[in-house]
Amino acid sequence: MARQKDYFKPKNYKHTKQLNRSKAGNTLLFGMMIICGVFMALPLVMIINNALKPLDEIFQYPPKIFVRNPSFDNFRDLFTNMNDTWVPFSRYVMNTILITGLGTVGHVIISSIAAYPLAKHDFPGRNILFKFVVLSLMFSWTVTQIPIYIIVSKLGINNTHWAIILQSWQYGLGLYLMKQFMEQIPNSLMESARLDGANEWIIFWKIIMPNVKPAWLTLAIFQFQQMWGNTGSTYLRSEQLKPLQYALQQIAGGGAARAGAAQAVTFCLAAVPVIFFLICQSNILETMTTSGMKD
Amino acid sequence: MDSVQEAAKKEWSLKKRVYRARWSYAMITPYFIFFFLFTILPVLASIVLSFTYFNMLEAPTFIGWDNYIKLFLQDDIFLIALKNTLLFAVITGPISYLMCLLFAWIINEFKGKLRAFLTLIFYAPSICGQAYLVWSLILSSDRYGYLNGFLIRWGFIDEPILWFQTEAYVLPCLIIVQLWLSLGTGFLSFIAGLQTVDRSLYEAAAVDGVKNRWQELWYVTLPSMRPQLMFGAVMQITSSFAVADVSTMLAGNPSVNYAGATIVTHLLDYGTYRFEMGYASAIATCLFLLMVGSNKLIQRLLRRVGE
Repeated sequence: MARQKDYFKPKNYKHTKQLNRSKAGNTLLFGMMIICGVFMALPLVMIINNALKPLDEIFQYPPKIFVRNPSFDNFRDLFTNMNDTWVPFSRYVMNTILITGLGTVGHVIISSIAAYPLAKHDFPGRNILFKFVVLSLMFSWTVTQIPIYIIVSKLGINNTHWAIILQSWQYGLGLYLMKQFMEQIPNSLMESARLDGANEWIIFWKIIMPNVKPAWLTLAIFQFQQMWGNTGSTYLRSEQLKPLQYALQQIAGGGAARAGAAQAVTFCLAAVPVIFFLICQSNILETMTTSGMKD
Repeated sequence: MDSVQEAAKKEWSLKKRVYRARWSYAMITPYFIFFFLFTILPVLASIVLSFTYFNMLEAPTFIGWDNYIKLFLQDDIFLIALKNTLLFAVITGPISYLMCLLFAWIINEFKGKLRAFLTLIFYAPSICGQAYLVWSLILSSDRYGYLNGFLIRWGFIDEPILWFQTEAYVLPCLIIVQLWLSLGTGFLSFIAGLQTVDRSLYEAAAVDGVKNRWQELWYVTLPSMRPQLMFGAVMQITSSFAVADVSTMLAGNPSVNYAGATIVTHLLDYGTYRFEMGYASAIATCLFLLMVGSNKLIQRLLRRVGE
């Protein structure tokens, strides 16, 4: 049993020394990082500053990036507006949690389960199925919207959350990403588990998934972002079913009088994926299959 | 007689192989049910629609190759869009791809929380949805636009340049913005991919005489993350050829004399404004074939990495 434990757990290489690094190279690369980083951070800086600007600064022309007299008025404005929405505001929040949560977790699990046989098993039809998934990424989604709408209606799930969730489970990107990472796991790892009597289901959960943790954390980021941005406007018609996104955009769309609240909305809509991103990224530890297990 | 026997044998062994792989089929079934419903069927439907006239009100009528003939022989704007898209893809595709790889590789040298923070900064344009606003401030057409202001102050120009109203500037400006936006899906997957490179390979390489980080990158890191490189390439193709948002948000759709038109803006024009779904589907099919072709080419190039 002790031997079994060994390869079930990825080894942590966090504190090993890096080889082949020169001082000059470090300085050059990190200097470049700082210069580019300033440009890349612009949208983040702008969102934070705009959310803190009082109304007169929002309408200032020419616009300035940095705020002069920061205040939380915009957020107070937003909270007042939240209280007189059509349905209770918590309803929108619950809808979003349902759509984003099920969409993200379901997609990561279902596409990972399908990616494992495609990466590691040999069975008739494997190559053609995988090719379909990769090719599907190249087809423009604009023109498939109408056929999808008809299919959703035929399935009788139009105007339910399932219309959005079930679609999100089959995005090709997730399967492709997971399959590419799983390919790198040495076969010997699975062979030894099979000898110990583990079936494919156990191998998947106990060996494959821990070893591709960076991949599914990354996939979770992509999918979360996708689901979070979904206003559901195509499929959800009942007000009780609509997500937070929709409600906040309604508030933000109130014209000049709501310009402050609109900035707070932008901030809130960006903050949640950013927090999720940071949680996932800091969990991508340096997980590695044990060395010497190469095939 | 022989061939019949052989065929029978083949069929039997196929059955056996299918039976042996029942675990595999069970595991892929849930995904592929949804995939079939929401991707395969709609894509096939669109391809069929590309041979019809369909205005979304009346039932589609079959018109054969007419849409495709019109597309290449009569639609001048499509040819402009095709040229712009190819130019876009040829310039932004490879540069974006290398940028993703380079930044992911540098960030990989950092540890822990700092690393997560740096990743966020570089991924920021893709995550917070305000990207175009930044650029509409920088490339604003009056003298308060940051770039115009800068150029006037240093005496390069006397009058503000109308960046998105002057034909010659539209495409270069869009390409710069697109490059700034390029650290997206590929970038994050490279970051994750670098985590899975076997550390012992670096030690072995150092013993074998790899002297600096560049050699290490070419001989060790890149070959061990070939699957991620393939993934990144496909993502890059889909985003470079399907470029549209940046054009509609900054240059408008239609843009000045179609200087910023791309295949997808042309598609959106027919699909969402003119409601000619059959024609839009034909455009989508052409774009699809273009991407498939370039994918074939790039996969062949990527096999050479580390040789």
